[in-house]
Amino acid sequence: MKEKSKYLKPEYLENRELSWLQFNKRILAEAKDKSIPLFERMKFLSITASNLDEFFMIRIASLIDMVHADYTKPDIAGMTPKEQLNEIVPEAKAFMGEQYRTLNRSLLPLLEKAGLKLVEHHEDLTEQQAKFVDEYFMRDVYPVLTPMAVDSSRPFPLIQNKSLNIGALIQDKKKADVVDIATVQVPSVLARIVQIPSEVENETAIILLEEVIERNLDKLFLNYKILSAHPYRVMRNADLTIDEDDAADLLKEIEKQIKKRQWGEVIRLEIADTMDKRLQKKLMEQLNVDENYLYKINGPLDLTFLMKAYGIDGFDAYKIPKFIPQKVPGYDRERGIFEQIRERDILLHHPYYEFTPVVDFISQAANDKNVLAIKQTLYRVSGNSPIVASLARAAENGKQVTVLVELKARFDEENNIGWAKMLEKAGCHVIYGLVGLKTHSKIALVVRKEEDGIKRYVHLGTGNYNDVTAKLYTDMGLLTCNDAIGEDATAVFNMLSGYSEPPVWNKLMVAPIWLKDRFLMLIHREEENAKKGKEARIVAKMNSLCDPMIIEALYKASAAGVKIELIIRGICCLKTGIPGISENIQVRSIVGNFLEHSRIFYFYNDGFEDVYMGSADWMPRNLDKRVEITFPVEDERLKAEVISILNLQLSDTLKAHILQPNGREYAKQDLRGLNKIAAQDEFCKQALESKAREKEEHKSRIFEPVMSSSKTDK
Amino acid sequence: MAVKTFAAIDVGSTDVTMKIYEITAKRGSRQIDCVSNIIALGSDTYAKGFVSQESVEKLCDILNGFSRKMKEYGVEHYKAYATSAIREAKNKMMVLDLLKLRTGIEIHVLSNSEQRFLMYKGLAANGVNFKQVAEKNTAIVDIGGGSVQISLMNNGKLSVTQNMPIGALRVRERLKNLKVSPVHMERVIGEFVENEIETFSAFYLGDKTIKNIIAIGDEIENLMHIISGHTVADQLNEEQLKHVIEEIITKNPVDLALEYKIPYERATLLLPAAMIYRIFLQKSKADTIWTPKVDLCDGIIVDELLRTKGITVEHDFDEDIRSIVRQMAKRYRCNKGHNVNVTKIACQIFDKTKKIHGLGPNERMQLEIAATLHDCGKFINMNGASANSYSIIMSNEIMGLSHKQREEVANIVKYNALSLPTYENLRAEIGECDYMTIVKLLAILRVANAMDRSHKQKASEYDIVVKDKQLVITIDTLSDLTLERGLFDSKADFFLQVYGIRPMMKQKRSV
Repeated sequence: MKEKSKYLKPEYLENRELSWLQFNKRILAEAKDKSIPLFERMKFLSITASNLDEFFMIRIASLIDMVHADYTKPDIAGMTPKEQLNEIVPEAKAFMGEQYRTLNRSLLPLLEKAGLKLVEHHEDLTEQQAKFVDEYFMRDVYPVLTPMAVDSSRPFPLIQNKSLNIGALIQDKKKADVVDIATVQVPSVLARIVQIPSEVENETAIILLEEVIERNLDKLFLNYKILSAHPYRVMRNADLTIDEDDAADLLKEIEKQIKKRQWGEVIRLEIADTMDKRLQKKLMEQLNVDENYLYKINGPLDLTFLMKAYGIDGFDAYKIPKFIPQKVPGYDRERGIFEQIRERDILLHHPYYEFTPVVDFISQAANDKNVLAIKQTLYRVSGNSPIVASLARAAENGKQVTVLVELKARFDEENNIGWAKMLEKAGCHVIYGLVGLKTHSKIALVVRKEEDGIKRYVHLGTGNYNDVTAKLYTDMGLLTCNDAIGEDATAVFNMLSGYSEPPVWNKLMVAPIWLKDRFLMLIHREEENAKKGKEARIVAKMNSLCDPMIIEALYKASAAGVKIELIIRGICCLKTGIPGISENIQVRSIVGNFLEHSRIFYFYNDGFEDVYMGSADWMPRNLDKRVEITFPVEDERLKAEVISILNLQLSDTLKAHILQPNGREYAKQDLRGLNKIAAQDEFCKQALESKAREKEEHKSRIFEPVMSSSKTDK
Repeated sequence: MAVKTFAAIDVGSTDVTMKIYEITAKRGSRQIDCVSNIIALGSDTYAKGFVSQESVEKLCDILNGFSRKMKEYGVEHYKAYATSAIREAKNKMMVLDLLKLRTGIEIHVLSNSEQRFLMYKGLAANGVNFKQVAEKNTAIVDIGGGSVQISLMNNGKLSVTQNMPIGALRVRERLKNLKVSPVHMERVIGEFVENEIETFSAFYLGDKTIKNIIAIGDEIENLMHIISGHTVADQLNEEQLKHVIEEIITKNPVDLALEYKIPYERATLLLPAAMIYRIFLQKSKADTIWTPKVDLCDGIIVDELLRTKGITVEHDFDEDIRSIVRQMAKRYRCNKGHNVNVTKIACQIFDKTKKIHGLGPNERMQLEIAATLHDCGKFINMNGASANSYSIIMSNEIMGLSHKQREEVANIVKYNALSLPTYENLRAEIGECDYMTIVKLLAILRVANAMDRSHKQKASEYDIVVKDKQLVITIDTLSDLTLERGLFDSKADFFLQVYGIRPMMKQKRSV
């Protein structure tokens, strides 16, 4: 076996799950931040809750699987799965405590002050409200409920993953000695938040659906007396693992897996901390859960309802006004997009600038008589996606349309299968990716027959082709007709269609086979330059960093004197400030109103700066098990723009959390003596200014007459 | 729009490849896409003798993918060629018909010599430094899945070409059953291959020195991957080759595939290919192997462009064919003076009667070859020379000629001296050959041959004109033409039968 590198000692590395929990803490910090408008804080709290749900379902579930399978191989930080669980679960419990403290102590009182009153317990309803609630129950809720009593003849029903339920102890009115349990699911088809009348002026009062049901539970079990009733929620192991070699038809297999997912083992049981002990015991028995998996909650279960609460009308003063993406400077919707791409490459920076050029790209291609073929990868698309509609139309117009639909996009399978079938019907050639590799690259290719031959137009991006998330995620994109990139794009689709991979790539760096080597080479090149005493610098922005080979290369580069600045939103298994190892590395994480999503890589390269953007994080799964594309930005003007984007993020003082030397914690900077800069706000400002500037230029073009004498002035 | 797109498809022994080209009047051709699928058809054919149903299914899928791809570029014209894996399969005809019905793609099976000549065309038109390298004594070693073709070049022209059934895939399949341990693999392959190459060198190389080797074929590119450093991109010396072989022997194909990022199937073919190159390098004492990147598709497009006059290539490929045929004639000790004279007269008659016979440049080349080789059978025995000539031509490959064309030539030569059977009687024997092509060219050859019956080249100038249903051949000579006249009439009768005009011989005694 290869000898362990001196750079990869377990103590130099962080466990990825613990690092992820840090990330969720940074979001929670936003929820606690008093300088942020109240409703935004509520939204952040909701995000921490949905994040944590996913974390449980995927990561904790998989660790539990490993423990069950007696798998004891330690991770890069030297922890066995069992050791990891032993650290993570208490941390997660403490985190949940913090979530509810934030809710109960800060947010709810402030919300009430702001005029949004959550009636937490149905017992606190006023008479008028109670009457309203009961009527609502009988009219809208009662018809969709399925109450289930459990006794010797009726087994405990299957409780759906992530569903909210009410458990109750019930006593037979005729036989007082018989106490059974009953359960009823809080229907997900009805809104969780029920708006109720309020007697207080300028107050919006709400109550949660489970309280409404709890109050009326006796109507469901007429022959019983309700002894106690409390909500609970279960979370099951949902990691989707498919053995593709065995699956004759991938599509069918995934459809099957989705149904199976609900049958997974319960890995988290959340109950109200006020729950009756007997009820708690019975539920734990029935769901086969021990103390370790039990989470007692002080407040409403499943905080994702806060996202819905954010949408309640009339609290604009407590929200940040919605930013409207601005027109891409220099891009003219009135003119054909291909003509404009031929003139020069177009750089896109979402959500500050519009996603429309991408939508136009496909939609104009669909109607353009010179377009022969369109090829695109679709990973996660929005409902009613205009891009999907354009692709279907293109096929109907006789274009050769090839669409790679990635079915393995987590939790999105059902959605994707629908699109896939629709596109197939329209006549598109739909492919479902390569066995064993998820297609994560975002690329669209248009082949056009022009006067002087075949011309290829390419869009490359860091984010999905989703016009909705493009308003919320920060992503970069490039539209180009560079021949070398066009050839590579064709090769990518050939590879995805099952043809042999090309012997060489012109410009693109493609995972799984080539990308990691290239990144290692680029990092190594900086190391060599530093050793020669030259200036050497790396700036990399991504969502997660946990690939040990990349970390080793970065440590080596740092040790050689390369200045490394990393902007990492989520997981980072690298530690900073280790003497002799990582003193030259700084890690910052930006958590803002928009979800940081772009991946940008900068290498100083002895003054011949290299800038790349792409879909891949520095994670083993991205580099080894996915089809990813990282592409160079070569146009000098655009390169400068990307570098300035990185620089602005590096000068963020308000939203950036800095990873503390040789530790796990992140902290914001001490603002004394620093300019207050929030990169996301600055980008918004710049986008608005560029719009104003364009107008100015436009005006001056029209109104300033060119005088013959003005020539001599210049 | 002055832009055309063209697809070249190669159904090979180890993979199926399609290249798409854009052809413009201004810039010639430009490759715009290339797709390839690994499918070891050769494994089926070389081991079992036929293409399996499973492979046919897979091939259908691939070809359907290709037609979709052609639509992506609006391709209207294509050429699809299959080589030895299909050629040697017993179910060849069924497979081709099935593929045509299911995919709409019509595949033409190349004979070996056509295939190699296409490769050669691709090389001559695209190979960097080709002209310069080919000036010296050069050997082209083309390793395919089924066989290896070694062609020698002299003064920029082909001289000899020989096919050997030791292609990389065939060697691998042969050795599979022997259960050779990896340690002995090198030795066993060496012995297997060396014998063939030794015979070749004994026959053709003698003490000739080969300066350069040009390596083409499917495996060379992957071999180049293994050379560390990549100092010179298109060259390889013995030292580097040795290193490559060591690397291949010490690592198993799985590791090779991973390390050098080549498909596994290909990795298993590297050793036989590398060994063939090394053994030939040692035997020929050449110092460098040139490795231009050329494949059959490159040849197909060059051929297409030449055919449609899309490009002019400096290199004259017909001269290569002539050169090879002349070398053959020399090997079988043909009478050079007589041959040259007969060929000259025959071509002259051919050119003067174009409107009458309606044949094209391919047939003219056949006539030239037939004239050059018409008495090569005497090498074996002066008696029964016709049948021997036929056998010699049938057992020698001639670069650039399809099997059918070569068989026609062999028949022309055979019936030059024997009386020609009727169509009904010959039909079974000549198979696909065109009876009338044989007849027409034979009529010309017989007349031309009669003009130099004495083998003494009695005249240097022949004046040929078509006039009033007569082909008048005026010979300017002082020599006695009695012998020629004596034979002429019977040949002229045959010519009249075929063309409806009678050849007349006239003597002019100038000086």
